[in-house]
Amino acid sequence: MCKAEWRRARVEAQRLTDLARLRRVRDRIDREYAQPLNVEALARDVNMSAGHLSRQFRAAYGESPYAYLMTRRIERATALLRRGDLSVTEVCFAVGCASLGTFTTRFTELVGMPPGAFRRRAADGSADRADAASTTGDAGPAVTVEGMPACVAKQVTRPVRNREAPAAEQPLA
Amino acid sequence: MDITIHTSSLPHDDPDASLAFYRDVLGFEVRSDVGQGRMRWITVGPAGQPDTSLLLAPPAADPGVTEDERRTITEMMAKGTYGWILLATPDLDATFERVQAGDTEVVQEPTEQPYGIRDCAFRDPAGNLVRIQELR
Repeated sequence: MCKAEWRRARVEAQRLTDLARLRRVRDRIDREYAQPLNVEALARDVNMSAGHLSRQFRAAYGESPYAYLMTRRIERATALLRRGDLSVTEVCFAVGCASLGTFTTRFTELVGMPPGAFRRRAADGSADRADAASTTGDAGPAVTVEGMPACVAKQVTRPVRNREAPAAEQPLA
Repeated sequence: MDITIHTSSLPHDDPDASLAFYRDVLGFEVRSDVGQGRMRWITVGPAGQPDTSLLLAPPAADPGVTEDERRTITEMMAKGTYGWILLATPDLDATFERVQAGDTEVVQEPTEQPYGIRDCAFRDPAGNLVRIQELR
């Protein structure tokens, strides 16, 4: 192997090692989202600075580790709110959010309505039907997943950035 | 028509590590093991189910795969967005404990999902997502 090839192989091997490290961070978020995780702790775990981790993670997965963590929490929150036996505050803490304000803001951004409204609609038994019927502002959980393999169901019901509830349109004048 | 699902495949990047996971941690039997080095094709499957196999194969081994495509595949494997499989077991908790004890990367502890199933998830050594669902 000539020197240039060897060098290229080494760079690629390093890149794969770095990506695998980011994968471990993402898996840890999936596994421990309900813990009081923060980006500093995640970064420390893989010997990176928080800024470096955030940039690398975003380059690899299209969103920052913090955004991914919050999406994961909101995803679980929608499941817990549907059960109907937990209050919004209880759900907020159950999914690892320390701040009800941040939780509510992010929930509303992703799902298209505040958690309290979501919970009430779920309690009315109308959340599914109403979500399925609406064409705007429907987040992941509205998707029908019956008969779908669990891996796929998990993916399609996860609120994702590009299916975020659209912001209300600004009037032109 | 009478068609069975005979073999499905997942990529590996370290055949010995993948073999150890599927054979020693998941308890699959090894049905064939051909090739050498990184170019190994290993067929495994659960004992008692000879009709369905899982082939652990080197990624991008098709000569029609370009260098760029091969790099993309190996990068997706490394970041964990490429291969996945859904397995099922009647006793999810016992299976989870056993797999976790095998020093496997846990992605999700056993969880009741809103779409009516209970499952857990792991990474195999090649970065494939292995989701295990409870049969009930």
